[in-house]
Amino acid sequence: MTLLKSREAILVGAILLLLALVASRFPGFVTPSNLVAVFTDTAPLIILALGQMVVILTRSIDLSVAANLALTGMVCALINVAFPGVPVPVLVALALGLGALMGAINGFLVWKLTIPPIVVTLGTMTIFRGIIFLLTNGSWVNSHQMSSAFKAFPRENILGLPVLGWIAVLVTLILGLVMSRTTLGRAFFAVGGNPHAAVYTGINVGRTQFLAFVISGMLAGLTGYLWVARYAVAYVDIAGGFELDVVAACVIGGISIAGGVATVAGAVLGALFLGIIKNALPVIDVSPFWQLAISGAAIIIAVTFNSRAGRSKGRVILKSAEHAQ
Amino acid sequence: MSLAETQKTAARHIPDRLTTPLARTLKSWESLLLLVAIGIFILNSFASPYFLNAWNLSDATFNFTEKAMIAFAMALLIISGEIDLSVASIIALASTAMGLVMQAGFGTPAIVATGLVTGLLCGAFNGVLVTRLGLPSIVVTIGTMSLFRGISYIVLGDGAFRGYPSDFAWFGQGYVFWVITVELMIFAILAVIYGIVLHKTNFGRAVYAIGNNATAATFSGIRVERVKFILFLLTGLMSGLASVCLTSRLGSTRPSIASGMELEVVTMVVLGGVSILGGSGSIPGVVIAAFVMGLVTFGLGLLNVPGIVMSIVVGALLIGVIALPRIYQNLRRT
Repeated sequence: MTLLKSREAILVGAILLLLALVASRFPGFVTPSNLVAVFTDTAPLIILALGQMVVILTRSIDLSVAANLALTGMVCALINVAFPGVPVPVLVALALGLGALMGAINGFLVWKLTIPPIVVTLGTMTIFRGIIFLLTNGSWVNSHQMSSAFKAFPRENILGLPVLGWIAVLVTLILGLVMSRTTLGRAFFAVGGNPHAAVYTGINVGRTQFLAFVISGMLAGLTGYLWVARYAVAYVDIAGGFELDVVAACVIGGISIAGGVATVAGAVLGALFLGIIKNALPVIDVSPFWQLAISGAAIIIAVTFNSRAGRSKGRVILKSAEHAQ
Repeated sequence: MSLAETQKTAARHIPDRLTTPLARTLKSWESLLLLVAIGIFILNSFASPYFLNAWNLSDATFNFTEKAMIAFAMALLIISGEIDLSVASIIALASTAMGLVMQAGFGTPAIVATGLVTGLLCGAFNGVLVTRLGLPSIVVTIGTMSLFRGISYIVLGDGAFRGYPSDFAWFGQGYVFWVITVELMIFAILAVIYGIVLHKTNFGRAVYAIGNNATAATFSGIRVERVKFILFLLTGLMSGLASVCLTSRLGSTRPSIASGMELEVVTMVVLGGVSILGGSGSIPGVVIAAFVMGLVTFGLGLLNVPGIVMSIVVGALLIGVIALPRIYQNLRRT
């Protein structure tokens, strides 16, 4: 436990160091208003990373989140164009439902047909994106076609923070409660830690993984509407490749890809770390083309660091056997 | 529940061979896949009058030859229980390196060598991280996937390398004889080599042993890490080779080259009957899967189906081919 705490403390330290480095060249970056802007910009990544955290915790992976986001966002935009009268809360509920449905498809294939999650979500990722094309024939839904209420919702300012930011805070709090205070949260840890033991304690492993995918899909759907409304545009390729950023945020946040180890704080901090890098690069005059390589390097450094910290100190009988595990 | 069940059935599979070899062959994944391939071939020849033409079919092989080169090495890697998602990014980085060498004024041999060496180095980088530091390959290669392509973006930005020497075009545009392209020839030679390595050598045995139980393999004297490292090297080398072919065929390098190809390579390997959990699979299966995917995309292309719709078909194929046998098993059990 102290190890986990120190891991998050190190991440907080890294984030502060990053902010200090940027501030030394451009003090305006750390003004409260800009930090709020950076947080809001990172909110989609935070929400998706939290969903991904639950999935990775149960020894799965969801590579279809960005495609789910894009499809749900497009459906919301199309509904808004066809029926501008549909109120935003209905659209949000619809986004949650549609996202959850797509998550359920992933979860069902993993649960009932025991297909490895990476295969399922690689497949559904291309299928979801393809469906957007079938729906729209590749055309865009642009800002002027969307109703103003549709676009205004995520930007609405409450106590200095836009709704988009508040939703990230809310999702963090809810997942924090679910993970620490409910039997479902406990089941996620049990399934990830030791699926065999989880079976013997009466936990249905497949069903738990199914629920993890539903949560991840639901959050992806929610982000889909928020994304499209915030950027006021919807097309086939929105958030292309974003699933890798989401996985990267989780890995940087100390979530073990082998399952069983995850914290809500880790996922949020990992997402913030990437979000700050992304927002800081243009400020300190680094070409945005550097971003991909930097997030790749961050993943590798983080996972190396995590495995060093997490290595057990037990007696090693056969050194290579331990590696082979 | 399902966990306990699968374990029970796995434990029951002790006999090495119960049915006759012929029955086994007929019931195997490969023959099923071959039927699918023949079915698609016949459908295609009815669907489009342009399909049954030697030159068109020869062009169609470009749909899969480059991916299949990587798929052979990837099959071995996945059988051993690892995966490499950075292959398409290795193509981008190798292509960028070749572009730099070309701009420095070197000729074709140096360009090709650069591509292959860059691939090897990338594979070695993945291999060191996985085998020396004991990191999970899926995370490492998701990281290097961003890193390798990221370096290409840093070098090229939104620009491109053009103007490769004309003799460099031989790899991607040349013919060995009649309609047999250079790429198809490389594909065929590699298929034979990988088939022999996986199915007829100690090394291939070791790959299966590691995929089934790495600990047991270690205790039976197999140098697990060294084998895995070699497999990462091979995957890198094959990506470098695919990069040479692809760059030569396109005649230019952009940082977005071959983006998303890793998914198609993994799909090809899984479609070929290689278990994504490791431990089983065959090279003939991958060869047939390569033809199936090539025929599907070519057939749809002749029917003017847009690329993104083809990707739906590929995605559905990936899930379908794994789901159908399992649905069948579930139905038979109840």
